[in-house]
Amino acid sequence: MTDILVEQEPGTAPPKVASPKIIKRIRPREFKPSDVLILLLSIAASFSILWIIFAQLTLLNGALGFVMLWIPTFLFLYWFVNRQMFTRQVAVDRLIGALVTLGAGIMMLPLVLLTIFVFQRGLPLLSWSVLTHTQQGVVYTSTTGNNIGGVAHALVGTIEQVGIAAALGIPAAVLTALFINEVGGRFTKSVRVVVTAMSGTPAIVAGVFIYSIWVTRFHYSGFAGALALAIILLPTVTRGTEEVLKIVHNDLREAAIALAAPEWRTVWSVVLPTARSGLITSVLLGVAVSIGETAPLIMTIFGNQVMNANPFSGPQMALSLLSYKQIKLPIQSQINLGYTSALVLFILVFSIFIMARVLGAQRTKGNGGLIAKIGKVLSRTSTADVSLIGEDSGHEREEVVPHE
Amino acid sequence: MSLSAIPDPLQLKTKRSSEDKFFRGVTRGAGLATFVILALIGLFLFLQALPAFESQGLKFLTNTDWQTTGTHPHFGVLSALIGSLLIAIIALIFAIPVSIACALFINDYAPTKLLGVLPLKNFLTAAVDLMAAVPSIIYGMWGFFILQPHMVGLEKWMSHYFGSLGIFQNTSGAYTSSFFIAGTIVGIMCMPIVTSLCREVFSLTPPGEREGAMSLGASRARVIRDVVFPFSKGGMIGAIMLGLGRALGEAIAVAIIISLTFPLNFHVVQAGGNSIAALIALQWGSGGNLGTSALLAAGFVLFIITLIINMIASRIVNSAKLAG
Repeated sequence: MTDILVEQEPGTAPPKVASPKIIKRIRPREFKPSDVLILLLSIAASFSILWIIFAQLTLLNGALGFVMLWIPTFLFLYWFVNRQMFTRQVAVDRLIGALVTLGAGIMMLPLVLLTIFVFQRGLPLLSWSVLTHTQQGVVYTSTTGNNIGGVAHALVGTIEQVGIAAALGIPAAVLTALFINEVGGRFTKSVRVVVTAMSGTPAIVAGVFIYSIWVTRFHYSGFAGALALAIILLPTVTRGTEEVLKIVHNDLREAAIALAAPEWRTVWSVVLPTARSGLITSVLLGVAVSIGETAPLIMTIFGNQVMNANPFSGPQMALSLLSYKQIKLPIQSQINLGYTSALVLFILVFSIFIMARVLGAQRTKGNGGLIAKIGKVLSRTSTADVSLIGEDSGHEREEVVPHE
Repeated sequence: MSLSAIPDPLQLKTKRSSEDKFFRGVTRGAGLATFVILALIGLFLFLQALPAFESQGLKFLTNTDWQTTGTHPHFGVLSALIGSLLIAIIALIFAIPVSIACALFINDYAPTKLLGVLPLKNFLTAAVDLMAAVPSIIYGMWGFFILQPHMVGLEKWMSHYFGSLGIFQNTSGAYTSSFFIAGTIVGIMCMPIVTSLCREVFSLTPPGEREGAMSLGASRARVIRDVVFPFSKGGMIGAIMLGLGRALGEAIAVAIIISLTFPLNFHVVQAGGNSIAALIALQWGSGGNLGTSALLAAGFVLFIITLIINMIASRIVNSAKLAG
């Protein structure tokens, strides 16, 4: 039983098993002030050690390289100190704890830095004029003049393309999720595998596919972009919806069936209303992901400089594509417009994301928890279905035929 | 006890109404439409790519240059394919440890309420979702303008001390726009998807086994090693493979960072590189009709590769979910 955390004070006599006094109570997750001190000292010591090495290996410069070497040094030191002071088990446990916490920290770091970056660079140029002007007449080759144009055409394009993509993709996605989770059949498993595989299909493949099937016949248009976005949206929303439908209690479905509700009625009046808030979340998350796609738009909407509000004919622009094109230009003011366009895109994505979270959280906030909500839905639908039975006098009831 | 004493079980048969038949038909149609879309992607890409395949034959897979115009077009996808793989491998080297650590933190370590106020667990879950929704163009811009200058120092250090290994060699003295920087950014972009899938898999660890281990005195590290990991091995592999598919297909971030070069190149910290998705994004609209067809052929190759990887991965993930 060496792996049980038995701590023994160094220097004391071997514990007498019978005497409870010297057996120390073990608390594996104990983290005393002295442990905090060990942690802080390890951080400081690893910093100092690395700094000395850093000064010797003069070639390594830049904060990133330093941090990348600092992390393993710190982890080793922290493990070593704990090992010397306590036991191997404590050291390993703390090492894993530090590793895992660091992982979460490293994960969050890019998100914070990205947000700072996009606001810092994009905000100075953000103004009403930029939002309401297009790039009509902007000359990219000359640095003279302050005419940087605006992002209005891209904003309109993005909203139209994503709107059409959502109108096409979301119903299909919800129906597919219903097929996998509610209806079922022989293909359920393979449809699920295909949907998961499709969600990993590169966005640019969706772009070249729409190019080969649509653009070669009907030329570049916002609608072609919307088709590509719908292909990206479909698997994302399907998977999210499927997860939500899984949470719906089977009791609810059984209650509806027991009340002789037909299948579509069970789904429409019981399953979907119960899953509503989660459904909204998954749909909005899908929209948020598809709104930022750039690669498939290159070969479908092509991009232009002027306002084209008609998504069905002629090239359109989108915020992401505008950013991509602007930052490749050699003029700083045009690159700055690219930053602003990215900022507008980021704000759009972020607000959709927040909306998804707020609408998704409503269920638990307003109605006192999931259980209460289920109870409510149950009572509401059962009365609805009782009236249904009364009206249709058994016409829609499932016929129960006893065997033999 | 004779069998005849037990009555036959009552069997229920249902006769579906026409509305229900319609409902079933529509949902089944939607489900089967995913097959159709996937098949159409393969079919149409292949049809449009035929001129390129006819022009180069099997050499399309082995040529390393990209000359689609002129009287003797000579192009192939090999260097782009190897570039994609290099970027994906570098990306996964960064993404796997961070993602698994972050998923473990969210699942096992994060307090539901930090200091009694901040719902850390939900907050982190939401932040990971948000990271997955941040547009790739923003990752690319950030990588190019902010991260790249900080990476050069590390690259110089690596090529100075490990240059003799070959892949860290730098013969040109230029360190920007390299595979390594592109791979780092793609790795950061893969982290959210791998994290959320791993977290999902970890959360399916049976609580009985987990609590049993804890009651036997196992530390949290031991619970992770002996209970969580064995139960979620399959799911983790699937999650990593889906991350690999993501990494192979990333176009815009790579297109912004890397400077396109065609000779076969294994020097990861040296300027210049190639990747299928970035090649399509960067070369689109140049190279005439044959050029477009060649890019579609490259897209077809990318589609087939990611499809195979994702099919295997999604099978593993789905069966792991069912087992949990």
